[in-house]
Formats: sequence, structure tokens, C-alpha cells
Amino acid sequence: MTNSVNDLKNTDCALIMGSNCAENHPVTMRWLLKARDTRGAKLIHVDPRFTRTSARADIYAPLRSGTDIAFLGGMIKYIIDNELYHKDYVVNYTNAACLIKDDYSFEDGLFSGYDEENRKYDVSSWDYQTDEAGMALTDPTLQHPRCVFQLLKKHYERYDIDTVCEITGTPKNKYLEVLKTFCATGAPDKTGTIMYAMGITQHTVGSQNVRAFSIVQMLLGNMGRPGGGINALRGENNVQGATDMALLYHLIPGYINSPSNAPSNKKLIDYIRSVTPGSAKLQFSNLAEFRELVKAGFPNSGWKINSSKWIVSMLKAWYGDAATESNDFAYHYLPKRDDKKNYSHIALFEAMYKGEIDGLVVNGSNPVVGGPNANKEQEAMTKLKWLVSIDLWLNETADFWTYKAWTRSVHNSAVPKITPENIQTEVFFLPAAAVYEKEGTAAQTGRLVQYRWKGADPVGESKADLWIYYELGKRLKKLYEGSTRPEDEPVVNMTWDYDDGHGHDDIYKVARELCGYSLVDGNPVEGFAKLMDDGSTACGNWIYCGGATLKDGQWFYKPQKRIKEDPSGLGIFPDWGWAWPVNRRIIYNRCSVQPDGVTPWPGDEARKLVNWDAAQNKWVGVDVPDFVGTTAPDNPNFTKPFIMQPDGYGRLFAPTSAMKDGPFPEHYEPWESPTTNKMNSRDLNPATKIFEPEKQGTVDKYPIIGTTYRVSEHWQTGALTRNLPWLAELVPDMFVELSEELAKEKGIKNGREVIVSTTRGDLKAIACVTKRLKPFTINGKKVHQIGMLWQFGFKGYATGDTANWLTPHIGDANTTIPEYKAWLCDIRRA
Amino acid sequence: MANLTNLYDVSKCTACRGCQVACKDWNQLPASIKPFKGNYQTHEDTDGDTYTIIKYFEEEDPVHGVSWNFIKRQCMHCFDANCMKVCPKGAYTKTEWGATIHDPDKCIGCQYCATACPFDIPKYLKRVDKITKCTLCAGRVEEGLEPACARTCPTDALIFGDRDELLQIAEDRAKFLQANGFPNATIYGKLELGGLNKLYVLTDTPDKFGLPVDPKVPNVTFWQNYVQPYASWLIPLFLLASGTSFVTTRLIANKNKGHEEGKEVVNDAIGS
Ligand code: SF4
Ligand code: SF4
Repeated sequence: MTNSVNDLKNTDCALIMGSNCAENHPVTMRWLLKARDTRGAKLIHVDPRFTRTSARADIYAPLRSGTDIAFLGGMIKYIIDNELYHKDYVVNYTNAACLIKDDYSFEDGLFSGYDEENRKYDVSSWDYQTDEAGMALTDPTLQHPRCVFQLLKKHYERYDIDTVCEITGTPKNKYLEVLKTFCATGAPDKTGTIMYAMGITQHTVGSQNVRAFSIVQMLLGNMGRPGGGINALRGENNVQGATDMALLYHLIPGYINSPSNAPSNKKLIDYIRSVTPGSAKLQFSNLAEFRELVKAGFPNSGWKINSSKWIVSMLKAWYGDAATESNDFAYHYLPKRDDKKNYSHIALFEAMYKGEIDGLVVNGSNPVVGGPNANKEQEAMTKLKWLVSIDLWLNETADFWTYKAWTRSVHNSAVPKITPENIQTEVFFLPAAAVYEKEGTAAQTGRLVQYRWKGADPVGESKADLWIYYELGKRLKKLYEGSTRPEDEPVVNMTWDYDDGHGHDDIYKVARELCGYSLVDGNPVEGFAKLMDDGSTACGNWIYCGGATLKDGQWFYKPQKRIKEDPSGLGIFPDWGWAWPVNRRIIYNRCSVQPDGVTPWPGDEARKLVNWDAAQNKWVGVDVPDFVGTTAPDNPNFTKPFIMQPDGYGRLFAPTSAMKDGPFPEHYEPWESPTTNKMNSRDLNPATKIFEPEKQGTVDKYPIIGTTYRVSEHWQTGALTRNLPWLAELVPDMFVELSEELAKEKGIKNGREVIVSTTRGDLKAIACVTKRLKPFTINGKKVHQIGMLWQFGFKGYATGDTANWLTPHIGDANTTIPEYKAWLCDIRRA
Repeated sequence: MANLTNLYDVSKCTACRGCQVACKDWNQLPASIKPFKGNYQTHEDTDGDTYTIIKYFEEEDPVHGVSWNFIKRQCMHCFDANCMKVCPKGAYTKTEWGATIHDPDKCIGCQYCATACPFDIPKYLKRVDKITKCTLCAGRVEEGLEPACARTCPTDALIFGDRDELLQIAEDRAKFLQANGFPNATIYGKLELGGLNKLYVLTDTPDKFGLPVDPKVPNVTFWQNYVQPYASWLIPLFLLASGTSFVTTRLIANKNKGHEEGKEVVNDAIGS
């Protein structure tokens, strides 16, 4: 979330799209309903299915799964055509005025630079026209035909209301109601929030769906302001923390690209060049020279000019005394990913299927239920030599080798008949402690890091994750003890000093490393601006730097703060927990004032978060200012509010390598679609990798759109909740929701069993025939969509067939997040 | 002492059923897992092991195409509680703050109260041969806590407090809703049956939520007017009477409801 959960109460309008927040993020509804009651805010829900969120919304608009860009593209056009954009904001805070190179083009679904054979773009033409210093040329009148604003206008010219509604299946009157209501937040005294979840991201165009949100929100001037923002509702209580710590294959902690085996990453200094914007063409050959350049400042770098300090501090934290300036701070110890390889979930399981992977550690994850094309992923696991499952229960993945695991209620020749005798995989199960049985922090969806103390002792032999990993590290180090081989140095020299003095793990030592400490005096580093790249500071994750301070001479962790006061009344609660970065609750908050840095937006004094205080010569405010603290708004170096971007502009146009599939979002059909693309003649996102061409279902055999989702009562793969009787009784069986119309066509009765089939598998479930799903009219034809829970498996009190037996192995062009939300199937009576 | 109660506002409820789970947790009630029948409302009604449920109403709607309404159901804790009047063993009492409490130790499972309740709340639990129902979490309230269901509600659809204050909130809220798209919004529990110690804000008329518009006490006046005053010296006679009516009510109950079907899972935490 760019904003916080509490901040939802400040909104004038919420567009909830690709999220069923009432069911999956119930607490968000608390604040949304407050906004409705106290400010008259309107709640809009856009979703293929009428859910418990729709039930509480003012406007419900159905849309066919996988057509969000058409829906939002039409919104962009509507904003521009009706001049509803927030002009001052757009001109000053976004790249609307920047001129784009002449060789950038878009024609019939393809951006310039496409390489058909490799399904890849050469992104070099997607760039600014620049002056000698490398800064973008601009036309603040927004009239120049090559300026971003005009290109944007041209790009979305095709997205007229009629065409959009034919694609999305949204009734025209509903679509217009949404457009009118949400786009009214373009008025300077109004803000609107967008809330989304997996309904947006789990598509072959998932990242571009989010990009479309950013364009809408920047046009309407809704970023960096209370009640605004783009708010990703994270699906697990600490998934934000997990990604912060780089549980993503292409990153190191703090969202820095991980080093690869590319020549450009060979030495530390090369790597620093590759992750520091604006440094590509500068002359430097070592850190000392680079430091001088950073000190002087260079254009097009933004706040990431400091990347070297974050990287070196991380290396110091990881390798201690073994990391010195003379050995490039042990940069050569860092594992380098293969530049040509994709290590995402789908790709890993494809490799496993081919027998390329020996072992797998699954921690708090359950791919036999949760992985796409789960039949195949389960088969892939049979090719492992060993599997370690760390979980609260012996879930479906831990028991993937049992008879029950291979029982299918519907026979399908494509699913192999495997029995335990055919499986050689050795499975180890480590029982893990539940969340209340251990202590530590969790970073929730609003980046708020909260410390939690232990409530009960772990049951039986179960252990906290930290215990498990601390022991694993200790034992690994023991195996390598005394080795003098250079290739063993990364393990031998790895710091692993989390001991509490009695041979046990000490979580405060982990916290100390994450928050950063000075190697001179051992005290906390009070913010990432104070990290150094000369080896004098150590910090495991720069975005967590500043999370600790000294209180009465002792280390104090700010996530432990519990002061329930909200001086501004804006839901900031600055002393409840701690949010990264530097306890900032609303990022980009410099946008909550006009470019002069002092004047609030007309009519919106109450929602001003920060301002420049000339008397004190610094930025001040009710939130921590998202700006270089002492740089006045008139300083030419830092006049733009999005300081993580090299040029400081919010990006209506995403230049060069920001996106793999285009600088503007364009509508493409899902891989399996019931129709052809009406916007251009490319059906599928041209930059998406196709893993299994032979598994593509076609509309003649599989005419119905399938999708998957969760309910309030079960959590993720249900490994936790299907084992709790009080939740199992609330949703006891796997069910499929379908419209009354489809039920009639197929002779399906409510509460009776049905079979759903795709090219990848079949499942049996109970029919839930409902008025809450209605057939769509798509390009003049009636199209049905059905939906089902992806939370069932064969273990626990509530058991049922696994929806992911049906879902495909295809993902987003940028992240490879699987397409769980739009695929083709058929349904019949069991 | 002022009356303390819950106010439940249907316009804020998201049917997350947190209250339903919190109730089972606090009262340590076992789950009864029954097959899914095509409706989110897995329990057709409250039962001996389930003191509260959220009911779901799915209907065509001229504006939205469909509407989905929810209501929480549990004991209404009527001021003039009929269950209390008919109970031959005096198993029911009123706390001074308005909760109707049923004492299982006194209960003989005769089920008169079940027949007498205008809201069909007291439920017979075969396993223990007793009636059970919502206690308004008297144990918690008397320790200064709010009821478990109200404590857990994420949206403040369910709040707890002084009935007079809640009544004011409810009336204001109904007016607000009437002016904001719900012309039929109303409150429930203020005057019904002379007042309930349970208040509702409804977005539509009570019948749309399965509530009796003008609830009436079932006709069991013979017992309450003639027999009960003399109960202390009619005990031998009463035992006979309860024995026979036990059989008849049981038969009716089983025919209509079939609560005891389905597999029962006793939660480990309960240890029973
Ligand atoms: S906890 Fe609150 S919102 Fe959830 S079902 Fe109960 S009353 Fe409704
Ligand atoms: S007041 Fe207590 S017993 Fe009654 S429904 Fe709520 S939680 Fe259950």
C-alpha cells in the first residue's frame, strides 16, 4: 500500500477492483465504512462476481475476468476527454510534459522494438528525448505531439465506452456510473483510493493492470495524499515483510536487483553502476571515485543515488570482518543468478518436472494445493530426491506421496496414476510454531511493522522458524569449519552471531542487523540516509534502517511502540509500531501540497500532510516528509516528488526497462479466452512466455471462463483453516459458483455435484447456483463465467478437490505471477 | 442498573462470521460439520452447539441486479421473556442489566421454552438433554468485558453498551440511512414485545431479514397463568406433564429441524 489501512477513512471514493476486501481483508471495511459515514464517500466494487464486498458497495459493476486494462483504459480516455484530470498535479508531478523519442511507436498491439521469435522487446526506443545533461526535454503546455500526455491521449483513443463494454461485458450504464463517480476525485479538493489484490495481479497482464491504476491515479492527482493512493492488499499477514526481505528471486533485501552472472555485474563497482540510475555513462573505476561523484550529485539518479551505501552495508552485515574495501566487501561471495534464467514459481516447477532440481524446502507454502497446474506440480515433486516441509500441519505438500494424494474423483488420462511405490522422494517434516507461539515482527499490508510477543509455548516439538534457520546455519557452518578452500569462504565467513549466550537464537540480534548498526560504536544507525559505503556501517536491509534507536542507553525497537494516539486525526498514529521507510505512513506525501511546497491543494487544507517550513529551513508535517529533508522546493536538484524515480516524476509513460511489455498498458486477451481481441490483432500479451503451448484450451471445447478465489472463512491453501473445526464447519466443502442461467442450460441443481474440466485436469465439487453471477455479453455473444475456491485439498476436517488442477502454467510478462484468474473450462452434472 | 446490550447494524455487517466463531470460542462449543448445500449459510439455524449465526438473503434487486443481505441471529433477551415464564424449574433468570440467563443445572430438557419463544431461540441439545442459547456473554460482561461477538466484529456492525445510548445511536443511524438510499430503514427491538435487550438497525422492513414484524408470544397461557403459580406443590403432577410433552415436542422438533444430523467434530481445545 502506498497509504495505510487506517487512511482509507480519509477517502472520498474507493475503487475496489480485483479485490474482495470485505471477505479477505475485513479490517479494511471498517475504515471504508467510516469514510462512507463521515465523509459520504462512495464505494465502488468492480468484479466478475457479486461478493460480500459488493453487498456493502454503493456501486457494483461486473466485468469479465482479465479485461481490467480495457476497463481502465476507457477510464483514462474519459478523464482526458472530459478534462477531469488534476492539471497542476499532472504538469508538475508526472512525466506528462516529457518528450519521447521519435522512434517510439505503437501499432496494432505492438510497441516498437518487438522481437517475435523471442517474444521480447528491445526497449531502447521507449525513452525520453534528452538534453546534453541527460535530462528529459519537456513541454509544460502538454501540446507537443511527442509529449507523454499527447501520446497517452492517442494511445487510449480506441478505448471508447462502447468498445470497452463489449470487451468487459460491463453494462454501459454501470460503467458510466463508475466513470462519473471515481473520476470526480480529479477535483483538487477530492481524493480517491484504489484497492486491489490478486484479481489484478494474477494475469498475463498483471503488472500492466497495476500500471493502469497508476496512470489513473496520477491523472486524478490522487497519489501521495490522504484518502488516495494505490493500495495493494497483501494476502498474508507478513507477505509484505517477506518481499521486503527479498523472497523474490530477482532481488536482494530492500528491493534492489540481485546480482547476476552478466558481465555488467562482475565486480562490485559494475554492479553498483547497474543499480544506480544515472551512473551508466559516468567515469569511475572504483568506490572512492564513485563516492566523489555521489557527493557532487549527478542527474537522473533520484534517491537511488545512494544504492552503494545500502549494498555495502548489507555486505558488512553478512560477511563482517571478511568484507573489506580491498576485497570489494566480499561481493564475490554473493550468489549470482543466471541472467538468462527465470526462477519464478512456474519456471522452478517446470525445471523440477524436467528433473533439474534435486531438493526443495517448502516453508509455510503448499504448492500441491496452491500451485498453478497443480497436477503437474505434484508430479514434478516426484522427481525430487528430497523434500523438506516446514509447516504447522502435515499438509497436502508434505503428504504429496500418499495414496490419498493421487486419488482423483474424476478420471483424466492426462493425470498419471502414481502410487507411493513409484515415488523415491525422501520427505522430511519439520513441525513449525504458529504465529502466537513465537515472537518477532510482521510487516502488514500498509508497510507497518509491528512487534508481536509470544502468547503461548509451541505445541509438542514444533519450533519457531528462526530456531529452525538458526540451527540450519549453525550446522552448515560446522560442516565447513576449518575449510581453507576459497569456494567455501561464503559459508565460513558468513556472520551468524545470533546467539543469546546460551546457544539459542536471539531475535533481537536479528533485529539489530536488520535495523543497522555502526561498526565504530555499535550503536543503531538512525536512518538509511546515515548508511555509509566505506565499511563503517552494517545493515541487513536498508529500508528497515532507523527501526531502532537508543533509549536510556539501551537498544529500543520502534516496532514495539504501542501509543494509540493520532494527533492529526488523519489516522497516522505515528507512535503505533513503525512503518518503513523511516516511519512514513503515506509515501510520496510531498504531493499533498502544491509545487511551492507550502500551499495546500485548494479546498483541501485538512489533508495536507507535509510542508516546507522556511523558518526552520526544512520539511515538516504530520507524517514523515517524503522528500530530502532540507532541500527547499525551489532547489533545482529536487523539485520533483517521486524521489525513488531517477527524474522524480510520476510515470504516466514507463520509460525503457521499467516494464517488459510496454510503456503504456494495452488490452490483450487472457491466454485462454472466449473471444478475440477487439483492441488489436494480438490476442495474448506479446511479451509473455508460453510454457506449455499444447495445454491451451480452446473455446470450442471449453466455452466457459473459470476463475479462483478465497472466502473469509479459509485462508490461502486452507492448510491452517481447514484444520480448525470452527472454520471447517463454516465452509465445509469445495464449491463452484455459477449463474442460474448456466445452471438451467446444463441442468445443474444447487447443492448437487458438478464436474469442471480443463485441458489440465478435472474436479468434482458442489454447485452453488446463485443470482450473484450473471452471464456476460461479450462482443455480442453470451459468455458464462464460473468461480471456485482454490483453498481445498485432501487434508484436514474440510476436504475437497483442488481448483489448481485446472489452472494453467502461464504468467505475467514481468513477474511470471501465474494466471489463476482467467482460463477456459467446461462444467457438467456429476 | 442500566440495561446493557448489543446494537447490530445490518448496513455495516460484511457477513464475515467472525462473531459466529468468537461465540463458539468463548463458549467452547464444538463444531458440527455438515455438507455444504449450495448456500454460504452453512447452518440453517442456530442449534444446541451454535448460539448465533449470520443469515444470508440473496434476492433480485432492481438497481444492482442482485442484493445480498445479512443478519445476525441469536437470543433477543426480551424484557418480558416468555421462556422464563414457562420454565417449570425456574431455570431462567434475568440479570439486573437485562440478559436472560438459562441455568443448565436446573434445566430438565422439557423444551417448553423452545415452544414458547417468539423467535424460536432455545435449542435442545440431545447430547446433554438440555436447552442451550446465547448468554449475552454474562460471564464476560460481569467482568467488565464486552460480549465475544461484539469484541471481534471488525466493522463495528456489532457494538455493546448502555441500551439507552445505543437506542439513540440506532435511531440516528436509521434516519441517516433513510436519507441515504434506504427509505425503509428502521430500528428493531425498541418496542417489540415491550422491548428487547437487543437492538437492530435494518436497511429495510424486518420481514426482509426474516424477523417477525409484530412478534407475538405463542399461546401457552394455560401453563403460565394457572399451573406455574402452583408449581411448587404440583411437582409430582408436573413431572408427569413434562414427561409426556417432552415426547411430543421432541417429535415435532426432530421432524422440523433435524439438528442432530451430521458429523460432529469436537475441537481439541475443548478436550471433551
Ligand atoms: S463479526 Fe461483525 S461484520 Fe462479521 S458477521 Fe459478525 S456482525 Fe457481521
Ligand atoms: S453474546 Fe456471547 S453467547 Fe451471545 S451470541 Fe454473542 S458471543 Fe455468543
